[in-house]
Amino acid sequence: MITELTILPGFNKVGIREGFSKITLSAGETVSIVGPTGSGKTAFITDIELLAQGDTATKRKVLVNGLVPDDEVRCNPCRKPIAMITQNTKCFADLSSEEFLRIHARARGIKDNSVVDETIELANKFTGEKIKNDSRVTVLSGGQTRSLLVADAILIGASPVILLDEIENAGIFKQEVLRIIQNTGKIIVFVTHDPVIALLTKKRIIMQNGAVKKVIIRSDLEVTAAYNLLEYDKRVSIIRERLRTGKMITEELVSASLA
Amino acid sequence: MKLLVIAGPPSSGKTSLVKQIVKKMKHDMKIAFFKIDVVKAFEDVELNKEFGILARKFISGDLCPDHASVMVLGDAVEWAETNGAELFIVESAGLCLRCSPYLNQGLGIIVLSSIAGIHAPEKMGCMVTLADIAVVTKIDLVSQAEREVLVQKIKETHPDLILMETNALQGTSLHRLYEIIRKSSDIDAETLVLKGNPPLGTCTICVGKKEIGWKHHFGVIQKLDGQTAEYLYRGE
Repeated sequence: MITELTILPGFNKVGIREGFSKITLSAGETVSIVGPTGSGKTAFITDIELLAQGDTATKRKVLVNGLVPDDEVRCNPCRKPIAMITQNTKCFADLSSEEFLRIHARARGIKDNSVVDETIELANKFTGEKIKNDSRVTVLSGGQTRSLLVADAILIGASPVILLDEIENAGIFKQEVLRIIQNTGKIIVFVTHDPVIALLTKKRIIMQNGAVKKVIIRSDLEVTAAYNLLEYDKRVSIIRERLRTGKMITEELVSASLA
Repeated sequence: MKLLVIAGPPSSGKTSLVKQIVKKMKHDMKIAFFKIDVVKAFEDVELNKEFGILARKFISGDLCPDHASVMVLGDAVEWAETNGAELFIVESAGLCLRCSPYLNQGLGIIVLSSIAGIHAPEKMGCMVTLADIAVVTKIDLVSQAEREVLVQKIKETHPDLILMETNALQGTSLHRLYEIIRKSSDIDAETLVLKGNPPLGTCTICVGKKEIGWKHHFGVIQKLDGQTAEYLYRGE
């Protein structure tokens, strides 16, 4: 069982060593990675996903419970303690959603096939367009693919560490995803440009030029700010869903959203 | 001398992988590189220029490239040994999937791209099933779930394969591969034979003949240096 991940420093894009001595993420902790595009956010979580041992572009090392993980843990998916949702919104495997999930469940050592239906059911909570068991994964829309992969990470990946790369960009129901994965006792890392997600996490890692610039612990004031922002965000989502379904903005909606 | 035979479909990342291996290991051992291709090959010049290692190529032209490889590999091993190579890397053309270029000694590596398609591992037959190691490349282009689905498919095709995933342009997560190469045994050139059969039933001259080196074969034969018949060879 993973209780702790430790990230040891690597080098930034011009070869200068990162300033921190180590970053520790503990079970139950939520973390966001923020910074401009190209600052190294995705590279940071990819290092975690690969359990890097100085053999990635950044030269970082990642320890599990304070120890170097063995090769089997790094390379065998059914022992891998990490699930990652990348920014990919495309699948190349010529399989139906059901077959795709069934093979993945096998890869993760899950014997019970009911997980396949459960995953598709959960995915359909994240997206407005329904995914069917026999939908080919190659023709799913961007939002459907992301929803399916998020649901897959939660139920089939079912790992103590979940890494999410910009889930807000997927056109899926972010609030729903957040609700399900918060308070699970897992280590959850969000790469994000979304202020709501950034403020809902306890720790913020700021990236710059390929390196960690600083680590900020959320203040009490920021907790209040997060909940205020969440209210705004909900109103924005209502308007977004209206527009997406071809509805008009009404008087009441304008006064409510500006209130 | 240690031997690596690298196979895989065109554009799967074989040369990128070779470059990472050479970059990592050229300080520890003298490396020779040999590329077999059908029409054109640039890898020998590229590798020689970038890393200053011994490199040469063989263009099979009209001949099946795997048959060509069987013919010239004996000479090529001798060339590498004569030049004092401690690691000899052979990169095959890897085209028709009816046979595999791996030998009974050294390591056979299949390079597969993450975006090659889910049925690729099964379709590639002995190029996968006779390999010792599979390296899955371009992992930055697909989701983790899709990578794991492909890896599972490869495992089901060949359960004993050692699997690794990499972004070969960056050389991600290849430490284990370097370690396996370092620990691999030296070859004995006299007892080298193919692991699998040559293209079965398509070439009555080579069918069943696992011996490498042109002196064991008859019919349409080529040596590494020069050719036996003017009219048979229209490569580069």
